[in-house]
Amino acid sequence: MSGMVERRGAGMWLSHIGMLIGIAIVCFPIYLAFVASTVEQQAIVRPPMPLLPGRHFIANYHEALVAGINAPVWRMLANSMVMALGIAFGKIAISILSAFAIVYFRFPLRQTFFWLIFLTLMLPVEVRIVPTYEVVANFGMLNSYSGLVLPLIASATATFLFRQFFMTVPDELAEAARVDGARPMRFFFDILLPMSRTNIAALFVILFIYGWNQYLWPLLVTTDPQMNTIVMGIKQMFPSGDDVANWPVIMATAILAMLPPVAVVVGMQRLFIKGLVETEK
Amino acid sequence: MSTINLISVRKSYGHAEVIHGIDMDVTDGEFIVIVGPSGCGKSTLLRMVAGLETITDGEIKIDGKRVNDLEPMDRNIAMVFQNYALYPHMSVFDNMAYGLKIAGTPKQEIGERVTTAAKMLQLQEYLSRKPRELSGGQRQRVAMGRAIVRKPAVFLFDEPLSNLDAKLRVQMRLEIKALQRELGVTSLYVTHDQVEAMTLADRMIVMNAGTADQIGAPLEVYNDPQSEFVGGFIGSPPMNFIPLALFEENQITLPKSLREQIGEDASNIKPTLGIRPEHLELCSERQGIFKGQLRYCEPLGAETLIHLGLSNGALLTIRQKAGAYTPETGADCFVFFDPDKACLFGADGKRLRAHDTMHYEEVQ
Ligand SMILES: Nc1ncnc2c1ncn2[C@@H]1O[C@H](COP(=O)(O)OP(=O)(O)O)[C@@H](O)[C@H]1O
Ligand SMILES: [Mg+2]
Repeated sequence: MSGMVERRGAGMWLSHIGMLIGIAIVCFPIYLAFVASTVEQQAIVRPPMPLLPGRHFIANYHEALVAGINAPVWRMLANSMVMALGIAFGKIAISILSAFAIVYFRFPLRQTFFWLIFLTLMLPVEVRIVPTYEVVANFGMLNSYSGLVLPLIASATATFLFRQFFMTVPDELAEAARVDGARPMRFFFDILLPMSRTNIAALFVILFIYGWNQYLWPLLVTTDPQMNTIVMGIKQMFPSGDDVANWPVIMATAILAMLPPVAVVVGMQRLFIKGLVETEK
Repeated sequence: MSTINLISVRKSYGHAEVIHGIDMDVTDGEFIVIVGPSGCGKSTLLRMVAGLETITDGEIKIDGKRVNDLEPMDRNIAMVFQNYALYPHMSVFDNMAYGLKIAGTPKQEIGERVTTAAKMLQLQEYLSRKPRELSGGQRQRVAMGRAIVRKPAVFLFDEPLSNLDAKLRVQMRLEIKALQRELGVTSLYVTHDQVEAMTLADRMIVMNAGTADQIGAPLEVYNDPQSEFVGGFIGSPPMNFIPLALFEENQITLPKSLREQIGEDASNIKPTLGIRPEHLELCSERQGIFKGQLRYCEPLGAETLIHLGLSNGALLTIRQKAGAYTPETGADCFVFFDPDKACLFGADGKRLRAHDTMHYEEVQ
């Protein structure tokens, strides 16, 4: 730390003011959403918008969680949680195993398989959404968790990341394990997996948020409100036609929808940084 | 408690052959050092014994049993790697215990064996540490410990000391030697450092581009090199090489014993004379066999290295006791040597011996 340039006096104040302004710009809309979720419906539709939290916090959040508009928010949160966790763990499990195969085993067409996986990087969900829908529908997986999770699990990005990491692991480590008598899967579970925990933590954060924020796919495969995920659920809450939007409840839902990803980032960040400091070889 | 037999062992990567047939028998408890310059195939040979590389041709036997097709774990060997290859996320204890754990050794016995090895290597205090919290020398010891606890038939070392600083290297060298003596385990040790080879080996294999140029006890190899390569590689400073043509050009008569070795006609064999720096002496003009110009001196404390320039431009090194008289730079010096200490090498780099040249004469 001593190597860092130390700022003093005016310089320090200026940079702090700059940062505070930046934070304010980012946080203000979120603050407004929070304010809107704590007041009554009438307070919002009548300008000017309130800038201080109201007294309906508990009532609004209770209504959102238990009743919701189409489906109770706790239900949609649970659906999203299942989907995000399923995608994150599924992607990590599949990609770490395929990277293991590609890096540590000589099998025919090894390079071809790698490039095939790599090629799918260029095919995001949106591009292959129609055929994927067809397949999922034929398997009868509409309105089910497997339908939500499975098609999004294959991941070229994560495979590629693990491949790069495995290639930095010295060959001697695998050889030492071989001399010690470890068969390939034993080496994988005892040595490679624990050594990858930093990478897994980082990927988990990214993939959880990726899964949580899925919109188009759940919109297609779930028609039953009980299977809605939170992100698409918010959109479904907007009234169509002349109905009046229940803004406080919608805002409360939005705030609730933000909490799990924030919790994951904050929670994993500590583990992630700890891992980074520890695994340096 | 094991023997190793290498029977014309060969290794090719694709079409490129890197080991050209090596034969050797290692007796029980012997410490064998494989020495040679970088890229000559030392590691490849060791890894074939370990089972980490396939054997293209030939046979390797451990304890008389052919092991060509056995996995490393079934060969009853333990290996110490150059970069230690410790499992970074495991404690020192777990690193040493891993092999035993896989083998299904009872917990209590694992504990006892690791503790014994740790005591032997002065690692008791560090058993719960992670490798990254250890110094280079301690990591080296853990790697040794991992090999010891398995009680293998054979130890294999691949340049285990080359990541350490010079002082530690000398210390660890002694420790390895003592440990091997104490345990009596047959060992193969790869190094590119000829001092390490000389000090550790019961016998050494000097490798040159995939072949074993000479196999023998260190002093035997030093005093009686089989090839020009061995003479130049073993010993520091290396053996001096003087083409015999140089003597003829300068109308220098060679000592009689050497002339006899070469025979009448040397023009076909183009022999080279090899002589160690400590076997050369400065002398008066009358005694001198040949002369050179003093280029520079290197006083090393206990001894002084004197470098002479010869008329063909080559440099010649003479090793003198520190107190001995040293002429000034640029002075012409006369050099004497005992012909019995000199070696002669043919154009192919192989040693010429009296019976070889006789045979040569017969053919002529
Ligand atoms: N996997 C490989 N593929 C092709 N050539 C190799 C391979 N490993 C080693 N070699 C070659 O074999 C020769 C011997 O290598 P090595 O045994 O590592 O030498 P060293 O004596 O330095 O340990 C080198 O010329 C090297 O280029
Ligand atoms: Mg090597």
